[in-house]
Amino acid sequence: MTSTAPSTAPPPTAPPRKARTVTRPGDRIFAGMSTGSGVLLLVVMAAIAVFLTVRAVHAIAKDHGNFLTTFEWNAALTPPKFGVAVLAYGTAVSSIIAMVIAVPIAVGIALFITHYAPRKVGGAIAFVVDLLAAVPSIIYGLWGALFLVPHLSGLNLWLDKYFGWTVIFDKSDPNSSPRSLFTVGILLAIMILPIITNVSREVIRQVPRMHQEAALALGATRWEVIRMSVLPFARSGIISASMLGLGRALGETMAVATVLSANSELSAHLLDIGGGTFSQNIVAKFGEATDFGRDALIASGLVLFVITLVVNGAARVIIARRKEYSGANA
Amino acid sequence: MAKRIDVSGLSAFYGNHKAIDDISMTVEPGSVTAFIGPSGCGKSTFLRTLNRMHEVTPGGRVEGKVLLDDENLYAANVDPVTVRRTVGMVFQRPNPFPTMSIYDNVAAGLRLNGIRKKGELDSIVEKSLKGANLWNEVKDRLNKPGSGLSGGQQQRLCIARATAVEPEVLLMDEPCSALDPISTLAIEDLIGELKSRFTIVIVTHNMQQAARVSDRTAFFNLAAVGQPGKLIEIDDTERIFSNPSVQATEDYISGRFG
Repeated sequence: MTSTAPSTAPPPTAPPRKARTVTRPGDRIFAGMSTGSGVLLLVVMAAIAVFLTVRAVHAIAKDHGNFLTTFEWNAALTPPKFGVAVLAYGTAVSSIIAMVIAVPIAVGIALFITHYAPRKVGGAIAFVVDLLAAVPSIIYGLWGALFLVPHLSGLNLWLDKYFGWTVIFDKSDPNSSPRSLFTVGILLAIMILPIITNVSREVIRQVPRMHQEAALALGATRWEVIRMSVLPFARSGIISASMLGLGRALGETMAVATVLSANSELSAHLLDIGGGTFSQNIVAKFGEATDFGRDALIASGLVLFVITLVVNGAARVIIARRKEYSGANA
Repeated sequence: MAKRIDVSGLSAFYGNHKAIDDISMTVEPGSVTAFIGPSGCGKSTFLRTLNRMHEVTPGGRVEGKVLLDDENLYAANVDPVTVRRTVGMVFQRPNPFPTMSIYDNVAAGLRLNGIRKKGELDSIVEKSLKGANLWNEVKDRLNKPGSGLSGGQQQRLCIARATAVEPEVLLMDEPCSALDPISTLAIEDLIGELKSRFTIVIVTHNMQQAARVSDRTAFFNLAAVGQPGKLIEIDDTERIFSNPSVQATEDYISGRFG
């Protein structure tokens, strides 16, 4: 907060007095409102963290399995036995698949809109991407379950046949339905594509023309301009965009719950039925859970919360590490 | 190294708007030619037609011929990318790549040309930075970002970057307009040293600068706002500033313009 309010200099004729800052009502109201908003955010964050922690600790204390390494989720048993191993694995795997598919495509679409497409075509594509972002996740879930799942059987068989040796694409039962983490990953990729594309597009659009002309004047081709000046300049923004997408993929609930045929197996075969994610598990179990079962589910939510925080922190570190090379000080 | 530029009947357009009309001139190899004229007279546009940068602007289009020695830059089989590797350019605002170190900035053009050997890059980078009178100031921080330099240093870095690829011609679009007088002087001295190796064309709003650095001066003007810019005259700098053959030129350089 620098001094935004003008200070009154003592009039030349008056005897020197201690200068006092005049505060105008508008300044005070606005300062109060913005400070209040900032404090409110902290209060909400703290309230969520405290709520999650208190309820989670209560549940974990009574857990007879190891909360972090137990596969199954049986909070209703006596004694209760539940753990997040399968959920953490499923959440991570489906999100990684989604990112691997979505980030390159999103950056490609963003570059196409900004650098390759004629203005009108680019505008139309940007509009379609915006539409994609407005589709509710339950619609994605229904589409995934009723259209994507049956249509992925062929791809599954093909991957199994030619890439089965990689283990991850080895399908134990080739005839089983593809309600797998792999399918969830593809669906999540489609869902996070718009946010990554839109944010990347805005960042790429802000790359100053003069940096692109510098590359052009050295005899760079269009691709070389993008490689030399556009992508490095937009790099931290694209990372931020990807993290926003990852945040959505980690927490996505309805679409995953609709598509995934969940169980408590932790398998390296991504095409196999089964597995689970944090939010899918919560939404699947919450309705019939006892009070204690809900606390257990909240404990799993806390783990998701922590994972999201760690991911965001890591992204900030990546961005900050090369700050002096970012375009911000140009 | 340095090549002659021979322009005939050149017009440039932004969409349907004609920005410069029917310009013809010859620029001698190894000389410095200054373009002067009021804002909007098309001198920067004309400069950008000499390395085919004009057509990068949406709607930008050119008619006419630009011969570099005997090769027409606008012939159908000429790749603009190749042209820009032969005709280097320095811009109005210093624009080193902010994401690259000082070293990588100078090496950028070399890498585009497929030079990858460390030893070769090292020696050309050093030579170019020395040629731009910047070596002593940056030799201990070659791996620091170029955006950390002062404006004048950044502009000399851009000159080193442009000259590292040994172009035939060096175009400078108001290279000192964003710089203080001392940095300006450094660049002007540098232009005097570089003209033995390159044909230099410089756009400037500063008439003293044109008088100081150039051998020949071209005066551009436009009849009215919205009209295309025209070349009024080009002559030896001394003659333009003492006894120009067109009245409009004299009015402009003596400040009685408009």
